[in-house]
Amino acid sequence: MTDAPFRVLPALDDDNRFFWTSGADGRLRFLRCQACGYWLHPPAPYCPSCGGRDVASEPVSGRGQVWSFTINHHPWDGSPEPWNIVLVELDEQPGLRLTSNLVGAADDAIEIGMRVQVAFEERDGIFFPLFEPEAP
Amino acid sequence: MDAIISGIGQSDVGRRLGRSGLDLTIDAALEAIADAGLTVADIDGLATYPGAFPGGPPGFSGPGSPDVHDALRLELSWHRGGIEGPAQLSAVVDAVVAVQAGLANHVLVYRTVTESSAQAAGREGIGLSGGGGAPKMGGSLQWSIPMRAYSAANWLAMNCHRHMHEFGTTPEQLAQIALNGRTNAGRNPKAVYREPITLDDYFASRMITTPFHLFDCDAPVDGSTAIVVSRPSHGASVDHPVARVEAVGTALRGRPSWDQFDDMTTMAARDAGAMLWERTSLTPADVDVAELYDGFSFLAMVWLEALGFCGPGESGPFIDGGGRIALDGELPVNTHGGQLSAGRLHGFGFIHEAVLQLRGEAGDRQVPGRCEVAAVANGGGPVAGSMLLVREDGR
Repeated sequence: MTDAPFRVLPALDDDNRFFWTSGADGRLRFLRCQACGYWLHPPAPYCPSCGGRDVASEPVSGRGQVWSFTINHHPWDGSPEPWNIVLVELDEQPGLRLTSNLVGAADDAIEIGMRVQVAFEERDGIFFPLFEPEAP
Repeated sequence: MDAIISGIGQSDVGRRLGRSGLDLTIDAALEAIADAGLTVADIDGLATYPGAFPGGPPGFSGPGSPDVHDALRLELSWHRGGIEGPAQLSAVVDAVVAVQAGLANHVLVYRTVTESSAQAAGREGIGLSGGGGAPKMGGSLQWSIPMRAYSAANWLAMNCHRHMHEFGTTPEQLAQIALNGRTNAGRNPKAVYREPITLDDYFASRMITTPFHLFDCDAPVDGSTAIVVSRPSHGASVDHPVARVEAVGTALRGRPSWDQFDDMTTMAARDAGAMLWERTSLTPADVDVAELYDGFSFLAMVWLEALGFCGPGESGPFIDGGGRIALDGELPVNTHGGQLSAGRLHGFGFIHEAVLQLRGEAGDRQVPGRCEVAAVANGGGPVAGSMLLVREDGR
């Protein structure tokens, strides 16, 4: 990717550290119920699908589709250039979504339904799960 | 429900008034108390949204309930302030419940903002680009802010885009909420933006975050709105009609999340809207005026659907051309200009306007003909509350 933009960092704690450092090995992870396989996001210690309490992080494919998007023009963080924000729904489960940014494609090429795959951007040990067009 | 809005009050509303939130609140409170035919000593309940909220955006919170309590030396049987709940209306709903439960006879409920003065004081936006170390974000905002999705404008723009994708809603239809608000604001002396705008003006306004232009985003102001929620029997003691609280919708059956909510096109409004009609024998066809939250234009469209004025996904065609929601249309919407043009009084401006319309006191912008039932909606994303008000004659 080109020049890395300004980013607020997540404040790491015992609940979210696995998520924000997951990209160190190139894999995106979410918590998953070890009893029924339901994916949990944001992280929580209870499976709303089966009531299970045994949850652990597991890698996902990192593939999904653009559920929606916006091209931001207002300089909230001082950046004068527009940037995109995408909402990606992961293939693993309906409604399992991440707010993120798309890299490797022009903003005006973004469409709802577009196939994407995770592409990490590292900053100070944080691996931001961004997305890029899915490789054919 | 067993409660009425017996009085309403509102301070000056404007840009950069340079007055404290407490000062504005006292203006609104005293006006509402007098309007209800009461004195300060009669007030035995106090409620506000969001309460003192030091970590919030500049000018967002207004004074907390202890500040108003002490300034007016109220002797309270019941009091509350807080941000969690069915949107700004949570303060009103709690007051209604308190009155119905017999915890208080007359509850002063207020919402105060000084966002315009706060921004003018140099704390623009969310202040992320300043010097020093990089800020760090925890809690639910860690899922949006680090991804440069800084504002509800960004989050809701994605909801709006999804609505356009699923239902074919057009930017021209979206614009009708802003154009209608501005037209109505022209008849409201307290509105902050009253100059007429055209569709061309709308599309020429600065893009904030696609598909939202500047005119899709509400206008920060300074101002305070107050109401008095009373026992129904008090209605016979006031010299004007009152608004009886027919029903409220407080449901949130989906996930309390901006980006994980199951249906992006409805958000929580779906649940708060549906619950309203589960608690009354009235129907959407009975509503004479609708005051629908428009912190962003798209939210008013969502509320039109959630409250059953049109079918799911049909708000675009419903407002196409703007005639149906105009002051002389079949369902007048945001008759004071909404937050887009009258100013961001953050939910309570809609309550104030609904009561004025029911009382027939809205002046040049009074809806023509019968006005006996008003719908009020507050909130967007995962926060939503709705209320149905019915006119009852006073003394």
